[in-house]
Amino acid sequence: MKILVTAKRVEDPESKIKVKPDGSGIVQEGLKYKINPFDEIGVEEGLRLVAKHTGEVVVVSIGGKEVQEQLRHALAMGAHRAVWVNHTGPLDQLGIAALLQKVADKEKPDLVILGKQSIDDDQNQVGQYLAEFLGWGQATFASKVESLESAEEKNKEPAVKLTADKKSVQVVREVDNGLATLECQLPAVVTTDLRLNQPRYASLPGIMKAKSKPIEELTPEKLGVNVTPQIQVLKLASPPARKAGIKVPDVATLVDKLRNEAKVV
Amino acid sequence: MPIVLIVAEQQPDGHLRKASLNAIGAGKQLADKAGAELHIAILGKDPAKVVDELKSTGAKAVHVGAAAELEHYLAETYAPVLSTLATELKADYVGMASTAQGKDLMPRLAARLKAAMATDITGLNGSGADITFTRPMWAGNVFAEVKLTTPVKVFTVRATEFAAAAGGQAAAEVKTFAPKVEASKTKFVEFKEVKSARPELTEARVVISGGRGTKGDFKEIEALADDLGAAVGASRAVCDAGWVPNDLQVGQTGKVVAPALYIAAGISGAIQHLAGMKSSKTIVAINKDAEAPIFQVADYGIVADLFKVLPELRAELQKLK
Ligand SMILES: Cc1cc2nc3c(=O)[nH]c(=O)nc-3n(C[C@H](O)[C@H](O)[C@H](O)COP(=O)(O)OP(=O)(O)OC[C@H]3O[C@@H](n4cnc5c(N)ncnc54)[C@H](O)[C@@H]3O)c2cc1C
Ligand SMILES: Cc1cc2nc3c(=O)[nH]c(=O)nc-3n(C[C@H](O)[C@H](O)[C@H](O)COP(=O)(O)OP(=O)(O)OC[C@H]3O[C@@H](n4cnc5c(N)ncnc54)[C@H](O)[C@@H]3O)c2cc1C
Repeated sequence: MKILVTAKRVEDPESKIKVKPDGSGIVQEGLKYKINPFDEIGVEEGLRLVAKHTGEVVVVSIGGKEVQEQLRHALAMGAHRAVWVNHTGPLDQLGIAALLQKVADKEKPDLVILGKQSIDDDQNQVGQYLAEFLGWGQATFASKVESLESAEEKNKEPAVKLTADKKSVQVVREVDNGLATLECQLPAVVTTDLRLNQPRYASLPGIMKAKSKPIEELTPEKLGVNVTPQIQVLKLASPPARKAGIKVPDVATLVDKLRNEAKVV
Repeated sequence: MPIVLIVAEQQPDGHLRKASLNAIGAGKQLADKAGAELHIAILGKDPAKVVDELKSTGAKAVHVGAAAELEHYLAETYAPVLSTLATELKADYVGMASTAQGKDLMPRLAARLKAAMATDITGLNGSGADITFTRPMWAGNVFAEVKLTTPVKVFTVRATEFAAAAGGQAAAEVKTFAPKVEASKTKFVEFKEVKSARPELTEARVVISGGRGTKGDFKEIEALADDLGAAVGASRAVCDAGWVPNDLQVGQTGKVVAPALYIAAGISGAIQHLAGMKSSKTIVAINKDAEAPIFQVADYGIVADLFKVLPELRAELQKLK
């Protein structure tokens, strides 16, 4: 199987995000960057699929030259090659999906795996846009039935199951009130939820090997895509702070407060 | 006149998903600001059941598309039908609640309509043609005001931030149409419902959530929930461990709740968890660690062992009865 996995560069989820006083952006100083956690799960799933069925994992990231760091991380985990779409400046989901469509046209993967959302913009859109642009089936929020601490997980079986005829995949999805199973004809788009797998650590030999793995450079111009954004982010603001509460010494006081102050019981 | 089209959702059990009423509430607000007319769409095998409820929400019209092939929701079959409807109506805005279905369907529909989209909106600003949306980013650490510049604009609605559309107005006109359902490369295999006798997390007046501090023992949390008629929630750590079903997860990537009372027991209060419960009216934290970040958002905190506090809390509450 050939699997294309996206790797977006995002702020470390542990970072403290602060809005600049003028609302034009966030304070960049002191921020660390990582691969979007959902994309790391995508890389892991791709690696498990090719371990079971043979094939190749190709990672792609769109952004300035700093996104090569995230590509190298995926290569160190075990991905085979990388594609870097060199673009600085704003991009919206229409632009990102259009670029990914061209990369998919070139690479002709059996499966494209993306994160269900990126933890910076939290849009939850790119996978679905891409599926529609490509005219492929989609299975978003892919999850698995077993817990991440299960024996299954420790055996590193892919949760995305190839059907016997190898023409489709079965995917379990996290939805409201339960789990839905879909069968998608290949090629298809899958987006990952958090409980799809537990990504592996990059090993030292993996990190060494990643240094010599190829990163192909493309640009929106080379791909023939106009990426003029259709979303304008006018300003950013911090959420209203909750006023600090109090610590109560015992349960009786708590119940008294809940009854007479908050009036919720 | 501009048109706002809100897509309502029928649950697998045939009922209207309650969050649809909040999305219609947002649609009504948008229609007022934009000087637009509010329309509702509902698709399914037999959506008739929910049409009555939709008729009295203050919309101009309810568009009902019934077809046997629409029995099981699939983005691939629903998006083209809705895209045709939105195009025929010349809809300027298309919105839906941020449910699992809304999040799966609306971006696919938006792509078909060549529209930009705003996910999980929490507010609407401006008037006439100059409407902007407020939406959370970075796990609710930041709220952005965004403007969509495509002719058609698509959005999903964070249900907890908009009041449910109330009845009482003149009944909407019901317009049935025969959907042309395209063949799909994806097929529905099965749906395993997680059944619970307790209220829905996103609708409950009281939510009691357990974290890793429970070590998987939810008995005390469930007992208190039953006493209070509350819903049970959980942190991600608890769902990952398989201690409770995934759909109890509250947070950035789980459910967003805003009950009158939220009790967090044995939850540290990571930013991703806070993203899902910070809008609750009153927050109580029970945690052994006085430094746990959850205390920074809690109205009332109690530094103690949850296995001691929860039974005491039940006993105290019993006394009030
Ligand atoms: C402060 C701020 C200002 C912004 N200003 C603008 C603006 O003026 N104009 C504008 O058009 N956009 C702007 N954006 C960016 C824009 O909102 C998003 O990048 C865009 O909508 C895509 O959404 P997302 O990254 O949330 O994707 P999601 O749909 O949440 O991401 C899902 C998945 O898509 C994949 N993916 C997404 N992006 C990439 C990537 N670059 N490379 C590889 N894979 C990727 C990943 O797999 C990811 O997990 C701004 C963003 C911020 C935070
Ligand atoms: C991309 C991403 C998305 C995420 N999305 C979510 C999300 O949607 N929702 C979510 O919840 N998390 C999410 N997380 C995970 C989040 O960062 C935290 O890891 C998680 O919330 C921690 O869960 P916890 O508080 O139960 O566990 P811990 O952080 O381990 O905290 C356990 C707490 O219990 C206390 N405790 C222990 N024993 C007792 C006792 N007997 N009595 C009282 N207190 C006790 C401890 O003092 C501690 O504070 C996400 C993470 C990432 C990276």
